[in-house]
Amino acid sequence: MTQLPESSQSHKSLKVQVCVIGAGPGGYAAAFHAADRGLKVALIDAESKPGGVCLHRGCIPSKALLHAASLIEESELAANWGIHFERPRVDLDRLREWKGEVVERMVSGLAGLCRARGIEYIQGTAVFVDSERVAVEDASVAMVQFEHAILATGSSPAIPAALRIDSPRLMDSTAALELPDVPEKLLVIGGGYIGLELATVYAALGSAITVVEMTDGLLPGADRDLVRPLAARLKKSISSILLETAVTSISETKDGLEVTWEGKGGNATQTFDRALISVGRRPNTSGLGIENTAATLDENGFVRVNPARRTEDPRIYAIGDVAGQPMLAHKATAEAKVAAAAIAGEPAAFDPAAIPAVVFTDPEIAWTGLTETEAKEQGRKVKVARFPWGASGRAVTLDRTDGMTKLITDPANGLVLGVGIVGPGAGDLIAEGVLAIEMGAVAEDLAAVIHPHPTLSETVMESAELIFGSATHMHRPAKK
Amino acid sequence: MAIKFQLPDLGEDTEGGTVVKVLVAVGDAVEKDQSVIELETDKALLEVPSPASGKITGVHVAEGDEIRVDELILTIDAAVGSDDAPAEPAVPVKAPPNVEPKTVIQAPAKPEPRPVAETPPASVPGPPQPEPSKPEPPQPVAPSAEVGAVPVAAKPAGAGGPASPSTRKLARELGVDLEQVLGSGSAGRISKDDVMAFAKSRLAPDSDREGAPGAPGPVAVTPIELPDFSKHGPIERVKLNGIRKKTIESMTRSWTTIPHVTQFDEADTTDLEALRRRRNEQLLAGGKAKLTATVFVIKACVSALKAFPQFNSSLDVAAGEMIRKDYFNIGMAVDTEHGLLVPVLKDVDKKSLLQLSDEIKDLSERARRRKVSLDDLRGATFTVTNLGGLGGTAFTPIINHPEVAILGLARSQKRVSMTGERLESRLMLPLCLSYDHRLIDGSDAVRFTRKIAEMLEDPGLLLLEG
Ligand SMILES: Cc1cc2nc3c(=O)[nH]c(=O)nc-3n(C[C@H](O)[C@H](O)[C@H](O)COP(=O)(O)OP(=O)(O)OC[C@H]3O[C@@H](n4cnc5c(N)ncnc54)[C@H](O)[C@@H]3O)c2cc1C
Repeated sequence: MTQLPESSQSHKSLKVQVCVIGAGPGGYAAAFHAADRGLKVALIDAESKPGGVCLHRGCIPSKALLHAASLIEESELAANWGIHFERPRVDLDRLREWKGEVVERMVSGLAGLCRARGIEYIQGTAVFVDSERVAVEDASVAMVQFEHAILATGSSPAIPAALRIDSPRLMDSTAALELPDVPEKLLVIGGGYIGLELATVYAALGSAITVVEMTDGLLPGADRDLVRPLAARLKKSISSILLETAVTSISETKDGLEVTWEGKGGNATQTFDRALISVGRRPNTSGLGIENTAATLDENGFVRVNPARRTEDPRIYAIGDVAGQPMLAHKATAEAKVAAAAIAGEPAAFDPAAIPAVVFTDPEIAWTGLTETEAKEQGRKVKVARFPWGASGRAVTLDRTDGMTKLITDPANGLVLGVGIVGPGAGDLIAEGVLAIEMGAVAEDLAAVIHPHPTLSETVMESAELIFGSATHMHRPAKK
Repeated sequence: MAIKFQLPDLGEDTEGGTVVKVLVAVGDAVEKDQSVIELETDKALLEVPSPASGKITGVHVAEGDEIRVDELILTIDAAVGSDDAPAEPAVPVKAPPNVEPKTVIQAPAKPEPRPVAETPPASVPGPPQPEPSKPEPPQPVAPSAEVGAVPVAAKPAGAGGPASPSTRKLARELGVDLEQVLGSGSAGRISKDDVMAFAKSRLAPDSDREGAPGAPGPVAVTPIELPDFSKHGPIERVKLNGIRKKTIESMTRSWTTIPHVTQFDEADTTDLEALRRRRNEQLLAGGKAKLTATVFVIKACVSALKAFPQFNSSLDVAAGEMIRKDYFNIGMAVDTEHGLLVPVLKDVDKKSLLQLSDEIKDLSERARRRKVSLDDLRGATFTVTNLGGLGGTAFTPIINHPEVAILGLARSQKRVSMTGERLESRLMLPLCLSYDHRLIDGSDAVRFTRKIAEMLEDPGLLLLEG
């Protein structure tokens, strides 16, 4: 393991221009961009290496495991093409180790980038003393005096008090990513993206999974037509999905966790080997000494910021999960650039026209900009085109025709307002939609841009063609 | 023969003012050109002269009235036989229209430039927006009836279309509110060119605005959001007076439309000073006004303007012409407690140093009391601004549009230099000439400034040429 250079003097005090607290995709990016502008930067994190939740226990380890899961799934699908694999033997220790290697490689890379940029990385827990200083607990540097601070402390899993019991069988996402074992019966509480991604991993590894979700559908926030193909596929890999159902109690017995729920999915008590709680995340704002500064929190517990990401304390900025929804790594990084620029005195504002969201299940679901659901809620007239992947040559060659690409446009001028995609690779495909919205493209532009054949990206072009009637590979008789 | 006397055109920039004093009453006899009312405009306190001799038969304004051009002020029964009386009775009479266009005031020194756009203020406007959304557009200033207030257009129909991130960044840098910009692309998409055209149109004089792409109608500079200064300490908001508002407008116009270059030089005024001292002793003994260094400089300028006529010109870009002036009127910046005024010395080439000296004294005193007439403020072909009395080694004056050059004087300094074998202390006067680089080349600016310096270094030349 590569160690970051530790300062020789213990309990020294450090003076910097920018002090970044939290080294996740928000914090490390902010530190990098500030340092690249010639500012003297300190980056403080409780972990020994930068990366935050995203690299240590979020996006990266989960995607490594999901990749392994998709291989297992695809090897089963291959039987359809006359290719037969034996049921894979999973060496869980090696899988865990490989996931660890992926993470280690990434965080060591970041540590190297910190060094290359002359950023002082301090391992420890930071607490604001006032608007000019943070004290660092258990660290080589006791006090950091700053001209500006960037708060990027991220978020942690929220666990309702009623369900909080002291048992290793009850896991949050962090514990689940550690792959302690492959439980025979796994309960997933919460049908959001983190719950479904981890359910996908454990299902592929062989767990029998029950999902309990309080609202009336999986992935609240996503358009229902995008969720449908996923729900259909999950039906095969997941034993039961209980919607509009709430877990009311959990207790540990010698056989496992005894869980009781109530609601549309029935009132029942069942025993599971393990349970994963993934009901949401809470911004990390307590114990930080925020009260010693002029920064304030909003009614949802996020640090209140202006368009430049400045808090109500003129010296302190906040970015990432701690500064508001959506709690996504790429949003944190985008805000990091804004805050660093603002501190350097550049005109900067966080004003995206679209932020993409991706769920790395199988199939993947991705959307950006306005959703159809939002349009309906706002009473806004939109023109929507859906291109089913059954008409995509590429999808057919992949034997994955369950996907769909849809375009949401302004009926007045064809402006692309939103894009939604479900299907393998949707997460990569959505980038074109984000670009289209940010650049103010109209459907005609997307339809006229030449897309490579045969690729899934053609579905974006063809959905744009559908706005005007038929697409090359989909005939729609003109309405009389 | 009754004359209805309406408030005459006061100049392109002035639409009216406040009646400070009515100097006549019904029944009074007035002479042509006799002052009848005192009017305070955003530029100066001025006296409106009667258009004819005769008897006042009606006074239609009172002190404190806000009146506008063309508004009826007085009815005068014109004296029979007056050549100024109109042929027709009761015909509205206006003073002769202005020949000289506007730009009455100007400041000599470069204003502190404000950053074009700054990071949003510390104060957080309400709760953060969890969902992506456009930042709050700056609040447009409510259109004000006040003369000189900058009108802000409401959002033009179709404006505020989509713009790419790099375009939005450019808009932030230029302080352009995208909600005001009409996009030229499909679905009203705003391009970088649209933003640039909008920013340019905002800076251009009114006449240039029409037809500028992306900017229908007159649009003012988007007010730039200011931080809440009171967070850092006590503050006070002070209303700007009319002179200051006009200065803001004319400075912005000059600074943004004229490519300025400033040429520095110095004149050895040791001999001139000695001459001035000697003359002043005599003048003071005779109870006359002193000769100031400025008088000599102004005379020297005229010689230089004659030698380099492009400095005594204006630029008509639209016509592709240079307008050369065959008269030499020198504006003279005067620092008053209300702000900067630039009264004009007329026909300087035809007047003696002593005559000019008296005129300068009179004009600057009247400027300080805000008693200059609009006529006193008009018609300059070149301007001199002397800040040397206060100090400073050099500065970059801003040209008084539509003039094309301005000479700034900083504080004279003693310098030891070798004259032959001797070390001598010489008095050096710093010259700072800003010129319009569109019309004037750098080499000519050097020659022009040198010419002024040479005239001052050898006062004898002033007698020959001045
Ligand atoms: C299982 C899982 C999967 C995810 N998958 C995705 C995904 O696919 N795509 C995506 O965009 N997002 C994903 N996310 C969300 C993503 O991880 C977060 O949005 C992102 O990490 C937020 O970044 P951040 O910089 O705000 O803070 P974080 O990454 O949360 O980092 C905050 C850091 O601050 C440190 N810290 C906190 N308090 C202190 C203190 N007082 N002193 C010192 N250090 C402190 C913490 O140790 C932590 O390292 C996932 C999250 C989880 C849990």
